[in-house]
Amino acid sequence: MRKNPLFLSAKTLLGVMVIGLFHASPVGAQPLSAEPLKTEGLAATCASCHGTQGISAPGYASQTIAGKPQDYLMAQLKAFKTGQRPATVMHQIAKGYSDEQLEALAQYFAAVKP
Amino acid sequence: MKHFNPSLRRDFLKWAGGSLALGALPLSARAMSGAAKAQVVIIGGGFGGATAAKYIRLLSRQNVQVMLIEPDAQFISCPLSNLVLSGATNLASLTRTYDLLQKKFGVTVVKARAKSVDTQSKTISLDNYLQVSYDKLIVSPGVELMMDKVQGLSESHDQGLILQAWKAGPETLALRRQLEAMPDGGVFAITIPEAPYRCPPGPYERACQVAWYFKTHKPKSKVLVLDENPDITSKAALFKKVWADLYPGIVEYRPLHKLLAVSGSGHWMNFEVQGEVKADVINALPPMRAGLIAQAMGLNNKANQRWCGVDFKTFAAIEHKDVHVLGDAVQSAPLMPKSGHMANSHAKVAASAIVSELMDLPVNSTPMLNNTCYSFVDDQRVIHVASVHEYIASENTYKVVPGSGGLSSGPTELEGQYAQAWAHNIWADMLGA
Repeated sequence: MRKNPLFLSAKTLLGVMVIGLFHASPVGAQPLSAEPLKTEGLAATCASCHGTQGISAPGYASQTIAGKPQDYLMAQLKAFKTGQRPATVMHQIAKGYSDEQLEALAQYFAAVKP
Repeated sequence: MKHFNPSLRRDFLKWAGGSLALGALPLSARAMSGAAKAQVVIIGGGFGGATAAKYIRLLSRQNVQVMLIEPDAQFISCPLSNLVLSGATNLASLTRTYDLLQKKFGVTVVKARAKSVDTQSKTISLDNYLQVSYDKLIVSPGVELMMDKVQGLSESHDQGLILQAWKAGPETLALRRQLEAMPDGGVFAITIPEAPYRCPPGPYERACQVAWYFKTHKPKSKVLVLDENPDITSKAALFKKVWADLYPGIVEYRPLHKLLAVSGSGHWMNFEVQGEVKADVINALPPMRAGLIAQAMGLNNKANQRWCGVDFKTFAAIEHKDVHVLGDAVQSAPLMPKSGHMANSHAKVAASAIVSELMDLPVNSTPMLNNTCYSFVDDQRVIHVASVHEYIASENTYKVVPGSGGLSSGPTELEGQYAQAWAHNIWADMLGA
């Protein structure tokens, strides 16, 4: 039996540890509220292929979608969804999102600085 | 009482000392405000846990503190690891550190294994004698391979004779060495458990990779795919066409093969209906269930205690307050694969829900998931299956959005490039970039 385990409260420990460690600044720096949180969650579904916040790993085939004009992004998403623009995967993915969701995504990614 | 292990103590001092050195500059006032912040602790640094760690930091604007508990010093990707078996890539190229999660995103990464959780006192006991407390806990434990379900498998595995290599790492390299040592004209057999298991197309991709290695290096050799399921569980038509077109006479697929027993030294497998089958290299994948810590906590309350039930809006565990479960360990919704991509998707929904709850904001009631599984059929060409899933509140499930998703028309090098891009982007999405 082990007695007196060294007990650390993550609360106190983390308070000390995390200071000064982070430099990441999320998109915009708008105060947190429900609507941007929802949009960021939706946009995060794109990140597994296109990189966090739409910034793709340099030198790889997936497009960086961050910072592209909103109208351009929306036109491409619609073209994928209708099948007008041929694709390997995106025509299948775009069909899973409503036009309103695609609009929100185009607006979000257009606002990110790549 | 156990003596305090000096090496563990040294680790702890290094851990605490390093942070104190960093904290020495702006400590006092900010540490006080930091102490008032909510803590999320995450058990498991795979596709689910690491993604959750990063996204809680991002979505909360660094207002929520995150600790990630992971026993392995480095992340090794299971996706692409079948290419190590064929020699098309190496394990180092699939290996990443947790450094950026710490340095860039302010996640505290603790190299330890969580042994037990007291959900009343909200305390986690680690294997290094430390305890940590949490406000919200995320359990992303992956799978346990149920070696005991196949007679002789534990012994053969312990002796290094029959490998799983289903968790990428040293076993991947060991299985590669077995394939290299096998004489031309030999037989490699992979056995597949009844679905659901981690990575539905993975075993069939592995068959392709080994077949490609044989075709290019040992053309008289064979790949036997012995599947407990009635048919290939993912991309069936595509894999069958690939085997017929690229690997005729090399790959043989046999459905409805339920593995009962193995012998590594005797090089045989015994199946419920078909009896004994011999092979030079045996890769036996036993049934799987939610990882050990989920079992220790009693989170595995679905499908004969194999998987963890969740509230799909938030991935909160059923009947366990302030505990969330992600990834392969979750009792899947219909057509939801146990994949790294899906775990990454789970994590973002949970991260958003947890941040909302901690910051008194309404939780998103219409979360979405998506998934893309790429499979390499040789060293360059790839096929995929993709899907988009929407939350259905009335049924507490996700359903594939009608008309979305689908398969490749056939293997292409272009999809090979997208598969590489997917891998590099999802690794960066979970571990920082």
